[in-house]
Amino acid sequence: MIQPTCPLPVLHYDKIVMGHGSGGQMTEELVRDIFAPAFGMPKQLGDAAVLSKVDNGHLVFSTDSFVVQPLFFPGGNIGSLAVSGTVNDVAMMGATPLYLSVGFILEEGLQLDKLRQIVNTMADTARDAGVCIVTGDTKVVERGHGDGVYINTAGVGVQLGLEGPHSGNAKPGDVLLVNGTLGDHGMAIMGVRHGLNLGDALCSDAAPLNGLVKALLTVCPNIHVLRDLTRGGLAAATHEIAQDSGVVIEIEEACVPVKETVRGACEMLGFDVLQVANEGKLLAIVDASDADVVLNTMQAHPLGKEAACIGRVTDVSDGMVICKTAFGSTRVMDMPVGELLPRIC
Amino acid sequence: VKFLDEYRNANAVRSVIKTIEQTVTRPWTLMEICGGQTHSIIRYGLDQLLPNDIALIHGPGCPVCVTPIEVIDRALLLASRDDVILASYGDMLRVPGSAVCHQNSTLPRDLFDVKSRGGDVRSVYSPLDAVALAREHPNKTVVFFAIGFETTAPANGMAVLQAAREKLDNFCVLASHVTVPPAICAMMESPDCRINGFLAAGHVCAIMGVSEYHALAKRYQIPIVVTGFEPLDLVYGILKCVQQLETGQYCVENAYRRTVNDAGNVTAQDVIQKVFEVCDRNWRGIGFIPNSGYRLSDNYAPFDAERRFADVMPDITEDTHICCSGAVLQGQIKPDDCPAFGNPCTPLTPLGATMVSSEGACAAYYKYGRVTA
Repeated sequence: MIQPTCPLPVLHYDKIVMGHGSGGQMTEELVRDIFAPAFGMPKQLGDAAVLSKVDNGHLVFSTDSFVVQPLFFPGGNIGSLAVSGTVNDVAMMGATPLYLSVGFILEEGLQLDKLRQIVNTMADTARDAGVCIVTGDTKVVERGHGDGVYINTAGVGVQLGLEGPHSGNAKPGDVLLVNGTLGDHGMAIMGVRHGLNLGDALCSDAAPLNGLVKALLTVCPNIHVLRDLTRGGLAAATHEIAQDSGVVIEIEEACVPVKETVRGACEMLGFDVLQVANEGKLLAIVDASDADVVLNTMQAHPLGKEAACIGRVTDVSDGMVICKTAFGSTRVMDMPVGELLPRIC
Repeated sequence: VKFLDEYRNANAVRSVIKTIEQTVTRPWTLMEICGGQTHSIIRYGLDQLLPNDIALIHGPGCPVCVTPIEVIDRALLLASRDDVILASYGDMLRVPGSAVCHQNSTLPRDLFDVKSRGGDVRSVYSPLDAVALAREHPNKTVVFFAIGFETTAPANGMAVLQAAREKLDNFCVLASHVTVPPAICAMMESPDCRINGFLAAGHVCAIMGVSEYHALAKRYQIPIVVTGFEPLDLVYGILKCVQQLETGQYCVENAYRRTVNDAGNVTAQDVIQKVFEVCDRNWRGIGFIPNSGYRLSDNYAPFDAERRFADVMPDITEDTHICCSGAVLQGQIKPDDCPAFGNPCTPLTPLGATMVSSEGACAAYYKYGRVTA
């Protein structure tokens, strides 16, 4: 019997190679072996998707890119962020997120096992959030031109109310509520980057918040502002809201829930917890008469057990955030400038 | 958080402030030396809680702020070299060099700018991280930007000793250390001086002890109280200072005993002695102060970036004239008295280093600025 002597091309690698982004057989294999089983039926995962017709309400559309380092951290990985981040951006408009697209930029040399883990996390998170990943794209860049994986997601949702919450809608007398402890995600990332080795004591809060938002809007359709407290943390979010609404926001520093470990890590590394990113926390600004029912609903939800009232909108102004200290003094809380930098001493 | 919450206890702070109110009978002007103390005072709004008779002025103890512009330019130049990795404490990355005030300069604005132009700039927490970089990158010269007061000098010195031990000849430091006592002399001898008492920087004293300050208290007949950084530490230091002033005393008092002992940290002092020698220093915004800093001693010359790159170092440049950071650092004016404060000088577009560092008085004022009802 004659054996073939010329070498056959190897199609099965344990890492990403340039060919995986070629659009040819290897790309197809990647979709077939990794993406399709995780995200659903292969026919849904084309270059474009046809979505069901929406009869009433507005479409809400959002996109976000994820470049986090490290890719894996206590409480999640870049995949859980990529799904929760966009789901939350859509949900903060008071909308129900329905569909996501996902674009991967993979670096040559990335272990396929890692990619599989990230993709499976994305699928799990999407399932938790009740959204479908319906279209996607993959590109591969040469080794050294990316940090393993970059992910872009875009999301579509439907806003049923006439006017959803928005950042220009805070009014004097309103109350500020958050659904739990702040700084968890940012410090989990910093903890890994700086080798604090605190294990799960610093754990990211990354989670899709659309379920919580739905529960809140059910008991209080008139939430004035909803914001996820991502980059820049509470400081950046309140600042933007104060400016967009033309109001003074007053934060009671002692009322802001912060985990002891997060507070300790912030002290050690020299960060202000109010500026640190969250990935599973939202700020709801509501009329004072709605505050109790919204707070109770948050606390009854699994993602809001440690919810708290942290301040109020006091006045009309050109946009200012004031922090009241435990001592009764005040300071202006400014927008964080650029990258968070640790202090020298 | 243990050992922090106790010193941030609102009731304890209020009770000390009450005692200050009962003690004070006339106006006193106190200077807290260290930028970390300024940061706490403004962050917790302690100055709002003190009786009106107590004025706090913010001293020159922010190392980021007083590092002279020519040293920043040197760091920018070294960081721009292909053969160099520049490692620095994080908040030095945004300090503007001379390019900000001299439009025609070809130098980058700051270390972030260098980074965006392809320079290898790393933010580290410890100088030993920079030594590790030198170990990992034998083909590059790793320059550690060693700034700071007596507090950071021992760790920076240790890094040099460690590199020497490992024979890492690709490691060096761009040292710009300054020391507190000569700065106190310079301020007390300034004709505009209106300081009645000092809150000495607790962590500097933790290293150096308190002995150097006795002569100063005596010479200038001024109370010097070694003070910590938490709200309770600060109000306690202020109380001790006011008590001395009200009773006509002037001595060195340690109000930070849980950290500072009279002799200081002798091991750390030995490292400073071994690696550094006293030199004159130019302080940004303040000017030249004789014998006010450390440079690497001749024994460690090979680890001195200034000597290693002597032939490529830029000339001394002039600082901007609109920025009054010097007067701010000496407590002659409050940050918001400067004509540039807030416009054009902001943390995003800083003219002087006091607007850059989170310990800088201008940045602290801008960031935590007061709301007057």
